[in-house]
Amino acid sequence: MNPRNPKKDLVGIENLSVDEINQYLDLADNFLEVLARPIPIVPSLRGKTILTLFFEASTRTQISFSIAAKRLSADVVNFSQATSSVKKGETLLDTARNIEAMKVDGVVVRHSAPGAAKFLGEHLDAFVVNAGDGGHEHPTQALLDLMTMRRHFGSFKKLNVLIIGDISHSRVARSNIFGLKTLGARVAICAPPTFIPVEMKSMGVDVFYNLDEVIRDFDVIMALRIQLERQQGGLFPSVREYRTLYGLTRERVKRMKPKSMIMHPGPTNRGVEIDPDVADGERSLILEQVKNGVALRMAVLFIHAGGKIE
Amino acid sequence: MAWRCGWPFCSSTQEAKLSSILVKGARVIDPASNLDAKRDILIRERKIARIEKSVADRKSRVINARDLIVVPGLIDLHCHLRDPGRPDEETIATGSNAAIAGGFTSICCMPNTDPVIDNDGIVNYIYKEAARVGLCDVFPIGSITKGRAGKELTEFGELLRAGVKGFSDDGDTVADNNVFRHALEYSRVFDVPIFEHPLDKSLAQDGLMNEGLVSTRLGLKGSPAIAEELIVARDIMLARFTGARLHFCHISTEGAVNLIRKAKKDGVRVTCETCPHYFYFNDGVLESFDTNYKVNPPIRSEDDRQAIIEGLKDGTIDCIATDHAPHCQAEKELEFANAPYGMIGLETAVSLVTMELINKQKMSWLDVIAKMTVNPARAIGVKTGQISVGAVANIAMIGPDRKWKVSVDKIRSRSKNTPLLAKELRGRVKSVIIRGAVKYSMTD
Repeated sequence: MNPRNPKKDLVGIENLSVDEINQYLDLADNFLEVLARPIPIVPSLRGKTILTLFFEASTRTQISFSIAAKRLSADVVNFSQATSSVKKGETLLDTARNIEAMKVDGVVVRHSAPGAAKFLGEHLDAFVVNAGDGGHEHPTQALLDLMTMRRHFGSFKKLNVLIIGDISHSRVARSNIFGLKTLGARVAICAPPTFIPVEMKSMGVDVFYNLDEVIRDFDVIMALRIQLERQQGGLFPSVREYRTLYGLTRERVKRMKPKSMIMHPGPTNRGVEIDPDVADGERSLILEQVKNGVALRMAVLFIHAGGKIE
Repeated sequence: MAWRCGWPFCSSTQEAKLSSILVKGARVIDPASNLDAKRDILIRERKIARIEKSVADRKSRVINARDLIVVPGLIDLHCHLRDPGRPDEETIATGSNAAIAGGFTSICCMPNTDPVIDNDGIVNYIYKEAARVGLCDVFPIGSITKGRAGKELTEFGELLRAGVKGFSDDGDTVADNNVFRHALEYSRVFDVPIFEHPLDKSLAQDGLMNEGLVSTRLGLKGSPAIAEELIVARDIMLARFTGARLHFCHISTEGAVNLIRKAKKDGVRVTCETCPHYFYFNDGVLESFDTNYKVNPPIRSEDDRQAIIEGLKDGTIDCIATDHAPHCQAEKELEFANAPYGMIGLETAVSLVTMELINKQKMSWLDVIAKMTVNPARAIGVKTGQISVGAVANIAMIGPDRKWKVSVDKIRSRSKNTPLLAKELRGRVKSVIIRGAVKYSMTD
């Protein structure tokens, strides 16, 4: 099963077809088996150089990509700087030209500006994987979430997914919504209106404000990390009130549908959007997501680097 | 090479040697006299001498204008020349060159320069520099408040004596209700229009594009239509209250058009303009993340775009201005959030008007050209913008079917920030006569 003519870059989920998404997920399932071996390494990308370029603080995503690349025997160079290069007087275009001159095969980029990955992809011969561009997309996170849901529930038909939290600023929510809609799941969001971008309903997403009224209707409840600085922006009055209204507390979780599960892209604010014993509890798929993330990113790098299965 | 010096009268000695020009066989569009017919135009001594079905004059240089549309020299109420302040982006010289290539013979430059046009010294500089360049008229717009800081009024009287044609803090709304009230009241001494850039900053915040389905999908921070409409509503109330003349810059939303339509019906002294990019594009173009589409106010939804065209058709929108906003390439190449707002527009306005309004049969040439000549002339109280016997000979000749491809080489503005680069357009200015002299002829 060798991948069919992939697009050069993975910028977002919005323009992926069902087949394209399934190709990533199928291959990731295979790599999960590789990861279970005593020596979890394949030589697929030997001699390829992957650069992870993180202009925004992140630990787990960058580590996950690095491990994925190493499991495929690629050479990995990690670069991270919490500030945009623009502050040093170098533009993203300059950065791109420099990368081009150094001849890397693939670039994994995270940047605070929506469109940054697309921009790099247009200016580089190397393939580009978006590891989060501002509030736009985070395609590998969504793919690993889809992979986790598919492994657990088997299919997206009749799967009801509720996303709770700051949808406006969340690239994870956007990418998940695009992917879930493409695969035929029902998607809803629940948050105060200050966290909900306009025109959500015209994207085919149900919108709720009151979590307690709807919590029992869903198979998957995905909580998003609450950025505490949004409080200063006036989007919500306090962490305490947020937890009271939207937090996944032990009491609330008891009212969830039988066999329903909880997901979170991490890192969690324990005691804010999710209580510690819920995050570590039996309904939680959070560590499953992290584990699947490495396999999924192996699949993404493999496909875009033009790997071949012998 | 023409001899140049810094004194305005030098150019007039040069012009004294002008021969007369006979423009033959053109379709002449003159909204002021409601003329749309084949005419010959004889230009003599910087003025229009005759407009007749057939003029013969052996001594004149003849311009064959068959297949062309001849219109009064266009007047742009709204452009940014970055002079003084950013000569790497535009100057009065490069901006004037761009203007004439777009058919404009008069342009109003906005005061968000560095330093701001808030004193007569800067106004004098602009007139002197425009005269040295010797192409189109450059009319400065003075700032409403000192330093565009939104606090103290500028000296309207002295600025008007120096030659400003209106007042604006363009780039920013005058946010303080009381300051804006006083600006409107004080303008009544001179009966001069106040040009408002309507956008409530606290609602728009640092919005990067129109708030709507597309911004939601792209994750780009949205600037909502209500940010414009709230200020339009406030200003209409204040204009009614003060009785002053109010002109809205670059109207972009359906709600704003509706508010202005109603205000006009109610007799409030309000006029407004829109720009070609608000009736040519909708916010779907932002999917490219091309920073050349990042403008302020943002390119709006398809519903808004249709409402703008409706407003142009029914006369709610009086003028089409360019909001020509040059930015250097390095700054536009930044990430979307960090790139500045604005696109250039002087050289492509006629094409966008031709393609969207004329070729799609939404409006007649007479109605479109009125919004680029007599109506803006009226707004700033100048007598140009018409083709009539005895009027100053400012005319533009347009090849309405002429195809052209926008390229960096063809753009005469010093900045090249337009999303139309490499696009094929229709309708192009072929030649421009200013004060009886041919100042522009298309060369490619």
